[in-house]
Amino acid sequence: MRLVVDLNRCQSYGQCVYAAPAVFRFHGEESLEYDYAPDAGAHREVARAAAACPVQAITLSGATEPSPLSSERDR
Amino acid sequence: MSTPRRADAGRIVVVGASLAGLRAAEALRDEGFGGELTLVGDEPHEPYDRPPLSKAVLSGRLTTDRITLPRVRNIDARWLLGTAATRLDIPGRQVVLADGRRVDFDRLLIATGTRARPWPDAAGGGLAGVHTLRGRDDADRLRAALATGPRRVLVIGGGFTGGEVASGCRELGLEVTVVQRGAAPLASALGGVIGRVATGWHRAAGVDLRLHTTVRALEGDAHGRLRRARLSDGTAVDAEVAVVATGAPANTEWLAGSGLAADHRGVVCDGGCRALGADGAAVEDVFVAGDIARWPHPRFPGQLLRLDHWDNAVAQARTAAYNMTHASPNHRVHRALPAFWSNQFGVNLKSVGLPHLADQVAVTQGALDQRRFVAAYGLRGRLVAAVAVDSPRVLDGYAALIEAGAPFPPVLNAPDGPPQLRPVDAEFARPARDEPGGVRGHDTHAPAAATPAPTAHP
Ligand SMILES: Cc1cc2nc3c(=O)[nH]c(=O)nc-3n(C[C@H](O)[C@H](O)[C@H](O)COP(=O)(O)OP(=O)(O)OC[C@H]3O[C@@H](n4cnc5c(N)ncnc54)[C@H](O)[C@@H]3O)c2cc1C
Ligand code: SF4
Repeated sequence: MRLVVDLNRCQSYGQCVYAAPAVFRFHGEESLEYDYAPDAGAHREVARAAAACPVQAITLSGATEPSPLSSERDR
Repeated sequence: MSTPRRADAGRIVVVGASLAGLRAAEALRDEGFGGELTLVGDEPHEPYDRPPLSKAVLSGRLTTDRITLPRVRNIDARWLLGTAATRLDIPGRQVVLADGRRVDFDRLLIATGTRARPWPDAAGGGLAGVHTLRGRDDADRLRAALATGPRRVLVIGGGFTGGEVASGCRELGLEVTVVQRGAAPLASALGGVIGRVATGWHRAAGVDLRLHTTVRALEGDAHGRLRRARLSDGTAVDAEVAVVATGAPANTEWLAGSGLAADHRGVVCDGGCRALGADGAAVEDVFVAGDIARWPHPRFPGQLLRLDHWDNAVAQARTAAYNMTHASPNHRVHRALPAFWSNQFGVNLKSVGLPHLADQVAVTQGALDQRRFVAAYGLRGRLVAAVAVDSPRVLDGYAALIEAGAPFPPVLNAPDGPPQLRPVDAEFARPARDEPGGVRGHDTHAPAAATPAPTAHP
């Protein structure tokens, strides 16, 4: 599970922090920080956070392909 | 003229496997490209995000193995990672790699970005303890150096990266000296008025900030380790770690001899992301996106822009991908309004438009001596930019006004606005010319090129 937040779009509403406090947090009053690679157990919380973000700033991974590094090694 | 062919087939090669390269590859598939897709990247890592390197990673809240970018969709690509492209043969439609391999293409995207400008003097730059910060490996090395508990860290350059590094080091409890050539930190990107506010952030955090000062020499001990910096004011600073944050030349060396209009400022392209040749004509099938691109933005005519901004890399990658899969009469123009953010000293800073163009600035919400405010930037009576400090929710309105060409100072009637707008000189030192190898007050994510079009551009 991977994610990235578009911090240009993010307006620090904090809904993601409520939905997935283990993954999203504020540093200072308005600066969102987050874990790009939360543990699999946080998947549902993160999906809820992405859905709750009022400006849809959270992008989740949708690829099911293996990592580019593993495919490089396999060749 | 090349023969007409189906835009959804053939071979596309993307050189530069980072933010712009990855997002372009995904967009190519979204646009229906069904041919062979190859991504070439010199870093051994899969695409990761750079902004946290100078923020959460430096401060130890995130490690570099946890900043990998999500891959949004399957792209069924061949990934050639850990291999640099060393040459581009446009007539032969080939990219040559450092290991001698040749990769054939029908269409090419150049997304090789920029790198941190190294310390210009080889002896000083080669000392152990002298760092730059652009990639994961740089961040890991710098983290390790900071973990040894240096008595002082010297940050050379007070731009965005310099400020973020200084802030992170203070969070770690380290003593920091920032040497800044100009009158204030961030002044080359945001002007002297906001720069003075940033001066306050540095000093309140306990940074030893040296303004109007440059580093003359970096000196080491008998073991080749950094010990001291000699400054232009005749003083010296003892430091075991230095971070050089003095700007970012473009990764264009591999394009030498290709015939493209490319130099350390970037690769010139048209509004549709098509690379231009040295003769100023668009080169068929070769596109550019991200930090490496210099292009004419329709909203800010008369110059070529290069933006070292996350947002621009994503948006330009999409435009390039669209134009690579559609016939030229239907091409889109890349006209996204420039935008970026920075977090430093516990402050969130966001910008839309191009502040560095402005001749005047006015506080439109809050006040400079408060923690929260918005500054609007004007050029000859038009709104060109807005910068929001700890006010991340207001910028959409300003962006719309900039897009609409609204007058400056803008009429907002914001409840937290001052009773009267007082535009003042934005205090940009002009001309802000590139000085190769020199130390500049701005850096990686300031708009890097406000210089006029080169001769290669029509
Ligand atoms: C420390 C830091 C902090 C930042 N913070 C912010 C921020 O807060 N806000 C913001 O808006 N922006 C920020 N940015 C800028 C943002 O990260 C960039 O705009 C973005 O990474 C640009 O993406 P890109 O793909 O164009 O270029 P890059 O990310 O530079 O990627 C280019 C890739 O191409 C590779 N490459 C280079 N030459 C070759 C070659 N010859 N062959 C193969 N591969 C090659 C490079 O190694 C790199 O992997 C920051 C950047 C840095 C470095
Ligand atoms: S919910 Fe969205 S806007 Fe709010 S802090 Fe999270 S990412 Fe930002």
